Amino acid sequence: MTSTVTIEPQPDSVPAASPQTSKMPLWKQEGAKPFLRIENVTKKFGEFTAVDNISLDIYKNELFCLLGGSGSGKSTLLRMLAGFESPTSGRIIIDGVDMAGIQPWKRPVNMMFQSYALFPHLSVEENVAFGLKREGLDRSEVKQRVAEMLEMVQLGHLGKRKPDQLSGGQRQRVALARSLVKRPKLLLLDEPLGALDKKLREETQFELINIQEELGVTFVVVTHDQEEAMTLASRIGVMNHGVIVQTAEPHDVYEYPNSRFVAEFIGSVNLFEGRVIEDLPDSVRIDSKDAGAVLFVNHGISCAPNQKVHVALRPEKTQISKEKPEGQQNCIKGVIEETAYMGSLSVYRVRLASGMEVRVTQPNTTRDLGARLTWNDEVYLYWDEDSSVVLTS
Amino acid sequence: MSTQTGSAWVEGSGSRLAKYNIFKRLNWGRFSVIAVPMLWLAVFFFIPFLVVFKISLSETAIAVPPYTALLDWNLDEAFINLKLNLGNYLFLFEDSFYIDAYLSSIKIAAISTVLTLLIAFPIAYMIARSKPTTRALLLSLVILPFWTSFLLRVYAWMGFLKKNGLINEFLLSTGIIDQPLIMLQTDFAVYVGIVYTYLPFMVLPLYSALEKMDLTLLEAAEDLGSRPATSFFLITVPMAMPGIIAGCMLVFIPAVGEFVIPALLGGSDTLMIGRVLWDEFFLNRDWPMASAVAVVMLIVLVLPIMMIRNSQGKEEAV
Repeated sequence: MTSTVTIEPQPDSVPAASPQTSKMPLWKQEGAKPFLRIENVTKKFGEFTAVDNISLDIYKNELFCLLGGSGSGKSTLLRMLAGFESPTSGRIIIDGVDMAGIQPWKRPVNMMFQSYALFPHLSVEENVAFGLKREGLDRSEVKQRVAEMLEMVQLGHLGKRKPDQLSGGQRQRVALARSLVKRPKLLLLDEPLGALDKKLREETQFELINIQEELGVTFVVVTHDQEEAMTLASRIGVMNHGVIVQTAEPHDVYEYPNSRFVAEFIGSVNLFEGRVIEDLPDSVRIDSKDAGAVLFVNHGISCAPNQKVHVALRPEKTQISKEKPEGQQNCIKGVIEETAYMGSLSVYRVRLASGMEVRVTQPNTTRDLGARLTWNDEVYLYWDEDSSVVLTS
Repeated sequence: MSTQTGSAWVEGSGSRLAKYNIFKRLNWGRFSVIAVPMLWLAVFFFIPFLVVFKISLSETAIAVPPYTALLDWNLDEAFINLKLNLGNYLFLFEDSFYIDAYLSSIKIAAISTVLTLLIAFPIAYMIARSKPTTRALLLSLVILPFWTSFLLRVYAWMGFLKKNGLINEFLLSTGIIDQPLIMLQTDFAVYVGIVYTYLPFMVLPLYSALEKMDLTLLEAAEDLGSRPATSFFLITVPMAMPGIIAGCMLVFIPAVGEFVIPALLGGSDTLMIGRVLWDEFFLNRDWPMASAVAVVMLIVLVLPIMMIRNSQGKEEAV
């Protein structure tokens, strides 16, 4: 397997930023026409509501990730797009056509299954050709398109093999080739990298992005792996209990989570509970018993006076020092309970006077930095007023 | 130079010796595992087969047992006489009666096998796709007939099929027919009997193949533009193929040699090799001829099975 993309070692738990395109993305343009429109879709299985009144617009050439834990309804939503389930209520519109009552075999959509679902009795070539033959294309065209597609996923030499004679990575490529060869308008991918080992997963996710950009197909990916979502997606929809909690670009989902659920689901975070004591248009002060201090955040929120809120602070945005810093609005004191040296960074767990434990990660920018702080050291934690986010829900 | 070749030779022989040892040890381990079934097959299949084969090469005689010995010897005159009689086999091919019986048996067995497959497939499919709790119940219903004697069940069919039997009574009383149908002692009754008797042997292997099938394969086929009917023939049937082959063999092989069903349900013109065999043994008391009939039947059945197995083995090896 040859990959043209080299992968930088990435610090633990800090997902990489997705590739930025220079053009303004469609979802930011006023009045852009969505390619896939999900309108108030609800799906119930008996009493259980798997998908609860979801509305979502996905635009052409997007690589949209539905991210959520198991049972969050993400797979059900994907299966409704493919046509294997029909919504209890609501509409799904793909490229201007209402999909209600349209059978899976007539939809301009293809799906890559989590288990790959390769036909075990057919060779790699026959697997890829399966969809084209159903379209009734003539043999020479089928052959040519299969060959092209296998070349693209670098499996041209394995066309005669059966799926059980392939490695996991090769099977994943066959599944991808089979779902792309019909040139669908929309490709659905259910945990596309889930069955691969870590190294292969990293290589493959960049290849997926390359293929998606090359072919200009709109991708909807379902995953429970936040790192995968961060790397792949142009936008992420975070799902929980059948609802999309937040839809945003990977950067915004990480830096500006809109709820405690999102903040905790993506990356790790310290949450200080507190009450609003000063609410100005562009800043707030919050009295937090957890932190044992008044915290200052320089963005405004809309909330009732004295409302209970949470201040979310990412471990890597927290500074740690034995000396009391000067001129910091947000500064709390604690004792180091645990340290872990991870090479590129060090992780500290600091116990505050309130009993709360705060996680801090610091890059080891110099060689001896990691060794300077140790167990039972009394330290000050501090951060800039724009590093933390106030969460009202 | 010479020392080099010498040492190479020693090395080579050493590794060969080591391989040989491992080979030997493995063989013993394997042997102890398969010894019991091998012994069983030898005592209860292979030796009886040799006895039958031996008898088929002798001549009938009015004696006990009713055939001549192959070997006779006289040590004083110093001769051993081995007399192999191929006449029985030649007669099998000379008299069209036997060939007709073989062909007719194969035809009846083949048609019944296809009918059984056509009936068993929907049953197996339904059981495999039903809820796990109902599945156990349905499977036990398939096996339920085995709880009564096979002969009893065949007699029950006679009761259904005879001239004043249940089926005719019902059809006459509803006015669908005004003359009773002749069903008993026809080939039709033989087909009914074979299909009914062997149905579970077809359902069970089909069920186990269908139950193992990954249903996302069907979704994948639909997703790629295949209608459910097409998916059935392109995905479900190939995936059930091991079950189809196993079930067909389990029905076809015993059906070829079936004796009870044609004897009880079939007419005098229902020609099956099992009946011929029985007549040779018990009516004609021609043991050598009966043995020859049995040996040829075995060859007729074993050869195609070996060919199927061979082609399957090759497919898997590719």
